[in-house]
Amino acid sequence: MKKLIEQHPISTTVILLILWIALYIALQPLADAVISLTWLVPGEHLTEALRFFVFEVPKVLLLLTLVVFAVGIVRTYFSPERTRTLLGGKSLFVGNVLASVLGIVTPFCSCSAIPLFIGFVEAGVPLGVTFSFLIAAPMINEIAVVLLFGLFGWQTALLYVSTGLLIAITAGYVIGRLKVECFVEDWVYQIHSNTAEMEEIIPSFRDRIQSGFEAVKEIVAKVWPFLLVGIGVGAGIHGYVPENFMASLMGKSVWWSVPVAVLIGVPLYSNAAGIIPIVHALLEKGASLGTTLAFMMAVIGLSLPETIILRKVLKMPLIFIFVGVVATGIIMVGYVFNVVY
Amino acid sequence: MKIRVLGSGCAKCKTLEERIRHLAEKHQLPIEVEKVTDLQEIMKYGILMTPGLVIDGVVKSVGSIPKDDQLLTWMKGAS
Repeated sequence: MKKLIEQHPISTTVILLILWIALYIALQPLADAVISLTWLVPGEHLTEALRFFVFEVPKVLLLLTLVVFAVGIVRTYFSPERTRTLLGGKSLFVGNVLASVLGIVTPFCSCSAIPLFIGFVEAGVPLGVTFSFLIAAPMINEIAVVLLFGLFGWQTALLYVSTGLLIAITAGYVIGRLKVECFVEDWVYQIHSNTAEMEEIIPSFRDRIQSGFEAVKEIVAKVWPFLLVGIGVGAGIHGYVPENFMASLMGKSVWWSVPVAVLIGVPLYSNAAGIIPIVHALLEKGASLGTTLAFMMAVIGLSLPETIILRKVLKMPLIFIFVGVVATGIIMVGYVFNVVY
Repeated sequence: MKIRVLGSGCAKCKTLEERIRHLAEKHQLPIEVEKVTDLQEIMKYGILMTPGLVIDGVVKSVGSIPKDDQLLTWMKGAS
């Protein structure tokens, strides 16, 4: 397999794509067949929970593989270095918009948040613009977007991207306006790195496809346990929680549901793949869209581990401002959606 | 030859360090491997992603784990 990919990347990709489509079409009949082979009675809680599980796990895995592959290729066209060059010297508002958009496509891992932060600030990217990037990058996660697309349709996916962008742009802009440069740890400004330009190697299209396959290997291997747990919980809710049960807890008539969802979501940490099946099940049982989106954004976008990492470069007041501004943005988005839908 | 792996504890950084130590041992290369976890030290190299791989003061790769044969070429290259 590895050899095939290395020698004939393009034809292997085409064949795998055809296989992918065939599998995807066959999923529902296959899942039903598996369930009918068991002694389970259709309509019972356990049966429906299992059916959900047997169908959703391969479906989400398939979608994930395809998306991670595509994004793996797209990412080879972007690098943090290039993004930094693009953002340097941009004015506040324009910079915030650009940073948020680039946050979506630039390769980013929260363990690199610190070098990235320092590198941006040092290169003269305004603080507010840097924050826009740091907010958008984890929150508008390609995995989240495509899973939303697969499970709920393009409207929800688009909704998520646009609200995520809105929050990243405004939160970064607000932080930029607050003039909080003094709350960045002093040593950050004292670093003078020799930004010796690394020679940039432009990869061939074959290399880019390789990167796509590598991304699949790396990310799917990391994410699948989260997916299993997420879909397991989702299946439990699907099979056992009565219809509309969530309406009384997370419905739009419950005014406190949005802030509470955010409060619960912030300390929770999961990647997008694990949270979305839960979101799926919550929505199905009558939770409102605004509340659910707020919960999801809080879990993915504001994570405790990342905040702790950021503490190394930010003084406490700025940490609170950062979390506060983003959380407020998420809460506002939640309310707006509850009113509109 | 001196190799420095820059990274403050991400999974990839550990993997890269192990990979290099393993390769050095397997091919009996006289290489001194050092893991740099101090952020200020890391930032001196101006990298934006970890892990960073520095061989004799030159940044060779950033944010990824290079393939074994690529690593070997570098490791054998200057020693």
